[in-house]
Amino acid sequence: MFSWFYIEGILILVGINVMIVLGLSLLTGFTGLFSFGHAGFMAIGAYVAVTCTMQLDVPFYLAILIGGIAAMIASLFIGYFTLNLKGDYFCIATLGFGEAIRLILDNMTIVGGARGLPGIPLDTTLVNVIVIDIIGIMAMAYLIKSRHGRNMIAIREEELASQAIGINVFRYKMESLAISALYAGIGGALWAHYVGFIQPLMFQLTKSTEMTIMVIFGGLGSITGSVVGAFILTFLPELLRELANWRLVFYGAAVIAIMIARPQGMLGGIEITDMFRWIKRTVTGENRRAKAAAEADKEAKTELPGEGGGES
Amino acid sequence: MTDVLKLEQVTKRFGGLTAVGDVTFTIKEGEIFGLIGPNGAGKTTIFNLITAVYTLTEGKISFYGEQIAEADPYGPGFVNGIKRRFAWKPLKPFQIAEKGITRTFQNIRLFKKLTTFENVLTACHRSANYSLFESILPRRIPIINYVLPWSKTLWREETELRKKTEELLKLMGLWDYRDMVAANLPYGLQRKLEIARALALDPKLLLLDEPAAGMNPEETLALMDLIRRIRDDFGLTVLIIEHHMDLIMGLCDKIFVLNFGKALAEGTPAQVQNNPKVVEAYLGSAEEEAKDGEEAGEGDAADA
Repeated sequence: MFSWFYIEGILILVGINVMIVLGLSLLTGFTGLFSFGHAGFMAIGAYVAVTCTMQLDVPFYLAILIGGIAAMIASLFIGYFTLNLKGDYFCIATLGFGEAIRLILDNMTIVGGARGLPGIPLDTTLVNVIVIDIIGIMAMAYLIKSRHGRNMIAIREEELASQAIGINVFRYKMESLAISALYAGIGGALWAHYVGFIQPLMFQLTKSTEMTIMVIFGGLGSITGSVVGAFILTFLPELLRELANWRLVFYGAAVIAIMIARPQGMLGGIEITDMFRWIKRTVTGENRRAKAAAEADKEAKTELPGEGGGES
Repeated sequence: MTDVLKLEQVTKRFGGLTAVGDVTFTIKEGEIFGLIGPNGAGKTTIFNLITAVYTLTEGKISFYGEQIAEADPYGPGFVNGIKRRFAWKPLKPFQIAEKGITRTFQNIRLFKKLTTFENVLTACHRSANYSLFESILPRRIPIINYVLPWSKTLWREETELRKKTEELLKLMGLWDYRDMVAANLPYGLQRKLEIARALALDPKLLLLDEPAAGMNPEETLALMDLIRRIRDDFGLTVLIIEHHMDLIMGLCDKIFVLNFGKALAEGTPAQVQNNPKVVEAYLGSAEEEAKDGEEAGEGDAADA
């Protein structure tokens, strides 16, 4: 039943989803902005890249990059008008943007309109998806550890306080959205070159929500979590394929189970490097010592009466 | 001594309510300036006006002679609204911080999920200058670090940031708590961390909003020493809001008293303490309770 060809196909899909989810993770998990318009960025990336490869004979890798950059430019445009909106309003604006892109593409006969665009060269392979993923993950990890990433996290934590320490909130939100759109555009371009056929219907709101669910399932504020989330939630429907229509029920149940068991997502705020560090500390016995020290400290504190620290 | 901060006829109205009315004062360089008044007197509103969280209704604020806040020049109406949106460029809160005014908040606003170290490290961001593109390039690979120029600047600047953070945390006595998540710190240390974070930007003027709230007497005394030491070490000017009279009287060079958004008194601690108007505003007087409303209405700045 599981032939290599089948598994390879799923793995490529996983890789593509990882790319998009990484971008969305930066926006949602690290900057604290929810977007329901990422299918729109994917569509821009896909259509631009496909136009490049099919009509202009641009090499595949360059076309993907152009697709990503096109999505990024679109995000700068949309971000300029919407990033001053607060919380939910931004969310609604992105939702509108995503649907608008789909409807525009529906009516653009030059790229096939609602009938779609067939005959795209199948250039996406497992190898190049993995390579692009690794580059994407590394760049994201470096970004998060840099001052730019830290400023984005600060905005997520306390917007007013980050302004008070001189962070240009609008600029960093814009950076976050632009990089997020770049990833989504690249993901969309890869997807188009894997499926071989694109139509506006593929970039509906459900696609955006699917990606957001993956980010939340994996855990907000964690790159590892996003990768794991994309992996599990892409594989799960395939594993449950035998259950026919029931598989969506199980998919939903799995997401709800995670929400109840771990509201912060599977790996919310935890990175794989943290786990390595924890294992290392356990092996060297440092964890045990730290725990003992903390307990001794606690006992010493309870012996002193009237020491109200006001801890919550 | 030069004037650091100058408020001239500063007024802020929220609809019909005048939160701050016609307040004028000047802070000289190196001073610790106290801003006191009963609850709801408009002290925090003044902080928000200085840091551009709110825009002025009337008046102006200048910092080292340079105007940093001006009143809204446009009236009501749709066209004026458009003009205000596109043609008027008042300084934003982050630009105020860049100019050298940083603040703490009355209700602590730390980056709760980050560690103490990360909180201050984030705030140090102005000391580094590498670009977004540089930040996504590999930097842990030793050879690249030595060969490629961008990695070198990034590596050097990041190391500097960490060093600066370490110094600040040690100065504030928070170094032992560096790996603790900010939300788990005891209350007094959270206040200290907020001050450390404000200092990370090398400000010229530090605004402290009730730094001693929720502290016990010993902690308050320690805080007084700390504020004085910070002022001397960093060459700062400090504007402080506080209800804790021991701290205000022991620490401040000059005090400004607000009541119902209006200036009530200004002067040295001794002058303010002996001012009957101030005593009345804080304690109230039985016979004059009926007159209270009018008193507040008059409210001109009285130099005792």
